[in-house]
Amino acid sequence: MKLTNTLLASTALTFAAGMASAEAHMADEMTIVSWGGAYSNSQQKAYSEPYAEKTGVNIINDESSAEAVAKLRAMNEAGNISWDVVDVTAADSFRLCDEGLAMEIDFDEQLKAGDDGSTPTDDFGDTLINDCFIPQIVFSTTFGYRTDLVGDTPPTSVCDIFDTEAYPGKRSLEKRPIGNMEWALLCDGVAKDEIYDVLETEEGQEQALAKLDTIKDSVVWWSAGADTPQLLADGEVVMGSTYNGRLFSVIEEQDQDVAMLWDGQMFDLDGWIIPAGLSDERKARALDYVKFATDTQRLADQAAYISYGPARASSAPLVGQHAELGIEMAPHMPTDPANATNVFVFNYEFWADYRDDIDAKFQAWLVQ
Amino acid sequence: MSDIKDATTADTAPTPDDALRMADAAEKKGPVLAADGRPLKQSLNRALRLQKLRALALVAPLLIFVLVTFIAPIADMLFRSVENEIVSETLPKTTAALEDWDAEGDTIPDEAVFEALYDDMFFAQEAKLHSRLGSRLNYEQTGVSSLFRKTGRSVEDMGEVFQDQFEDLDDFWKTGENWTSFMASDEWLADIQAWDADSGDRQPRFELRDGIDDILPATAESYTRFANYVRTEDEDNVYTEDPWAVIYSSFYDDLTRADAAAIAAYSGPAAEQIKSAATAATGFETIDYSEAFLDIDEDWHSIDVWRTIKIYSPKFTNGYFLNAIDMQKSIDGPELRPENERIYGILFWRTMVMSITITLSCILLGYPVAWILANLPARNANLLLILVLLPFWTSLLVRTSAWKVMLQQQGVINDTLVWLGLVATDDRLVLINNQTGTIIAMTHILLPFMILPMYSVMQTIQPTYLRAAKSLGATNWTAFWRVYFPQSIPGIGAGSILVFILAIGYYITPEIVGGTSGTFISNRIAYHISSSLNWGLGAALGAILLAAVLLLYYAYDKIVGIDNVKLG
Amino acid sequence: MADGTNNDAFVEFDRVQKSYDGENLVVKDLNLSMPKGEFLTMLGPSGSGKTTCLMMLAGFETATHGDIRLGGKSINNIPPHKRGIGMVFQNYALFPHMTVAENLSFPLEVRKMGKSTREEKINRALGMVQMNDFAGRRPAQLSGGQQQRIALARALVFEPELVLMDEPLGALDKQLRETLQFEITNLAHDLGITVVYVTHDQTEALTMSDRVAVFEDGRIQQLAPPDELYEAPQNSFVAQFIGENNTLEGVVQEIKNDTALVKLDSGEVIAAKPVNVTKAGERTRVSIRPERVEYNKERMQEGAYTLKAEVLEFIYMGDIFRTRLKVAGKDDFIIKTRNAPDQVRLKPGTQIEIGWLPEDCRALDA
Repeated sequence: MKLTNTLLASTALTFAAGMASAEAHMADEMTIVSWGGAYSNSQQKAYSEPYAEKTGVNIINDESSAEAVAKLRAMNEAGNISWDVVDVTAADSFRLCDEGLAMEIDFDEQLKAGDDGSTPTDDFGDTLINDCFIPQIVFSTTFGYRTDLVGDTPPTSVCDIFDTEAYPGKRSLEKRPIGNMEWALLCDGVAKDEIYDVLETEEGQEQALAKLDTIKDSVVWWSAGADTPQLLADGEVVMGSTYNGRLFSVIEEQDQDVAMLWDGQMFDLDGWIIPAGLSDERKARALDYVKFATDTQRLADQAAYISYGPARASSAPLVGQHAELGIEMAPHMPTDPANATNVFVFNYEFWADYRDDIDAKFQAWLVQ
Repeated sequence: MSDIKDATTADTAPTPDDALRMADAAEKKGPVLAADGRPLKQSLNRALRLQKLRALALVAPLLIFVLVTFIAPIADMLFRSVENEIVSETLPKTTAALEDWDAEGDTIPDEAVFEALYDDMFFAQEAKLHSRLGSRLNYEQTGVSSLFRKTGRSVEDMGEVFQDQFEDLDDFWKTGENWTSFMASDEWLADIQAWDADSGDRQPRFELRDGIDDILPATAESYTRFANYVRTEDEDNVYTEDPWAVIYSSFYDDLTRADAAAIAAYSGPAAEQIKSAATAATGFETIDYSEAFLDIDEDWHSIDVWRTIKIYSPKFTNGYFLNAIDMQKSIDGPELRPENERIYGILFWRTMVMSITITLSCILLGYPVAWILANLPARNANLLLILVLLPFWTSLLVRTSAWKVMLQQQGVINDTLVWLGLVATDDRLVLINNQTGTIIAMTHILLPFMILPMYSVMQTIQPTYLRAAKSLGATNWTAFWRVYFPQSIPGIGAGSILVFILAIGYYITPEIVGGTSGTFISNRIAYHISSSLNWGLGAALGAILLAAVLLLYYAYDKIVGIDNVKLG
Repeated sequence: MADGTNNDAFVEFDRVQKSYDGENLVVKDLNLSMPKGEFLTMLGPSGSGKTTCLMMLAGFETATHGDIRLGGKSINNIPPHKRGIGMVFQNYALFPHMTVAENLSFPLEVRKMGKSTREEKINRALGMVQMNDFAGRRPAQLSGGQQQRIALARALVFEPELVLMDEPLGALDKQLRETLQFEITNLAHDLGITVVYVTHDQTEALTMSDRVAVFEDGRIQQLAPPDELYEAPQNSFVAQFIGENNTLEGVVQEIKNDTALVKLDSGEVIAAKPVNVTKAGERTRVSIRPERVEYNKERMQEGAYTLKAEVLEFIYMGDIFRTRLKVAGKDDFIIKTRNAPDQVRLKPGTQIEIGWLPEDCRALDA
């Protein structure tokens, strides 16, 4: 009995000591969650390293953004939130905000004003899409194609993906309805500003799927952002959709025979959220980090590492050259006026409502 | 003694239980006594109990570990697949009011339901629960998500018409202190005034004044909800917190609907103000909640939305399970989903068929390897065994990605075939992003799980059996098929169960190499867990998968007999 | 018999050699000939090559050199299942997934016999080993002795002319072994089958066999009926291996009249029957069976050579007495005497004189 008591006591003691040291760690540590790869790298270079230098905070990088919503929900249920700042897509931020998993932000109070003096609300403008999401970059989902496989007439329109006569071969599309449904309708003759109205109806959804059906046999479906660049590099597909930053890396950094199609691309946002339910101390630090990371200069700095556009209007003039290649980055930004002649603005509200329904139909269509 | 076997004649080795049964049997003839005069059975039981306790103590750590890490999550999953408390917890008044509504009719609910909805939505949006409920109901009815989000933004302003009128009537109604002076009990008022917010003590729990809920029932209820929320969620002082708009609307309802005599008889604090408010309230401008909600979104007058809320009102639902078998709940009971939304039936069937195919190909490829392993001299066998186990030492993702490089159209296998002239360069084989890819990659990944049990069973089959068979006149094939193979079946059985159960739940490999035709049900489960967040549906699909595995296990036991499974 | 051929021979080994590794011969120049109906036992210590010989005969091993003939025809290139030889294995090798009847049915089924024929033969075979009641049992439900009977029945059920048995009784207890020895011998004689029986148990070999081949070092040391083997071993290995034996070493002084005088290393001279000594001066090992040693002067032959001995130990064994003596400087000389009323029980320390008939004392190779 005595031995058991001693054992129990020492276990409890070790445990308490562990807790205490964990607490001590908390004070100068924060966990930042992002997507990994070149994107995380650009954030670390532009935000985290300068921030750590400035404040002495030890930043732990986690690459779980793809499962951010599920994990935050699980953490919330378990009552133990271990993340401080999370990089999520705009669509995910809606879910997090809706579920009360992300903290609401008072943009004008808690973010820095633009370098040009504009208030954060004005500076971020349309990229402020809900109360929780602090926009960071604008990116596009667009198409790349193999210059050596498309003959003398390279594709110029997003609708060329549906033209298997002129461009035979496989194409890669993301394995989800978002984006594909819009392109299908656009290329089936629906006017751009009516697309979401059409897509609300059963007939519209069927129309989109019918259009996709015409190329179903030539599609390789991807689920990870790295898939299309790899498929293009291997010559497995003639063309395929992916994020413009990934294509930039294939074209400019890896120098592959690939070119980018700036037509009908999906304009989308990525940004930070702060999980709801942090302690006051952690919340203050997370806000401080986000305030620093989303100021005009920092957002412009990130563009030196990856071809995503800063979410602040005031950052655009400050975008410079690529940190290693030395090329001007502005022309590679999805926000560049020359690139943004024919873009889609992703309708988050629509997809928040129709995602479950259309996804069920889309997956059923895929399987059948 | 007819049903009791003597340990010496029983098929199985004697166990302590046998001894017990023997003692039982002996007792029938009259109690046998132990040396100390107690009945022998009692002594034996006592001795065995100690043994059993000691055995239990030994396995206790594992038992607890298994319970916590294995049984508990499964129980949680099963619970989630039917749990549906969110609706009735978020909209308690609305779901209660909806009980009388005839969902099969074609009229939307009446004003009382909308008024209840106003109360519920008001508190829900304060607690940020409305959008969570919206996402939940959006799984069943498209559009509810934005409906709830939109309503949450507007509902706060809806009741302000009463707040404004009461506040205009008398400044008394503006402040929290005045409200608590008659809503709260005297003890609570004394406690809250003595409470120091900075002391770290918990704020005293709000208590209603005696009898106030008889005179102002709706106000009392709303105020209690408000007070609890302010105390626990906002962590503000209830005493000074100004009431929310919803309280004024409840107050208006009470004043206009209550028995005038009861208010006239009221003599507690603020009696005078209440009485004058009651007189004035009759002339107040009022709102039509039904219309007000219609103003926010016309979907509130859509009968489908109300049917969905009503159907999903109960605390438990079979909705997730119906969804998981391509059905849906409707007002007329369960019905099959439209054809363009059916997916799970196909996926379950495909998962089964492909898992069986993978198991069979593992048997075909694994059997000869296991046979060679079992018949090689130990030194060579060990080397070969390392080769078999080698795949375990590389990451699953790396192995699967390697298959991608091998199998794709510009990949190693196709290049080789083209180089050999077996395949035309513009007619390369499609080996990936389809079922072929999944079967090839998964067979490779699961093969060791087949080979190892086969190997350990084959090791125990003595070579003399084959010699005996041959000496009796059997050809090599007959000797193998009639004598060796039947004895290796336990290994095949064990390997097959392992491989099949692993295959049925795999999702990383099908996701990477399966394209659309080679994905499994588990890919959809993963999607619902991590992407759509429809955990209830994911849990229901998982529960069905679990049931299918248990059923197959049962069938295996009935047909082959689980005793015929040997892992070594 | 020198070249191994014999017109009556049913089983013949003709200059057979076997090597597993290409360096060492496990079986060296084996010649053996067996007539039909003989019960022949291959006896020897483990590693002497007897089991290899059996396996070559069964067809599970191939001879590196030489010819094995069955019924006059070479079977070197005939696979085991076509040789039609019944075999009983040491661990019974009953198929565990089949019942007794199915085990017995197996050789008949592969011979494509009809159901009624099979049933009849199975019944008969089970009857031979008195196991009819066990037809429906699985091997695991039988005792070792029962399993061995079934294994025997299975080897006999397809009526082979030759049955090989590889230490079939090795795993059984003594009493059961003796019963089964008796049954197997009777069965073999009744059925008139030829049996090659491998064992390392000499008692088994002596009690069961028509002839015994003693194996050592890949060769047959002696092939003879049991009595000859015991009483007239051809060399000192056989003498040592079969039964208990006392040996004394010395040098041949002279040989005359079929009697050799041997001067032992301790100096005494004794008479012995020369077996493989030919001339004076050869070293020899003299072998005397313990039960042929006499110490009662009255019973000794006139003029017999005697040796002085000291009793070291007296062991009472029931039917016999076993006495250890110190003779000619060696303290492991054993004599055995029958437990009879007139028999003297020698006390340790007693000095006696021992002697034997010259023909019981064999001068063998050194």
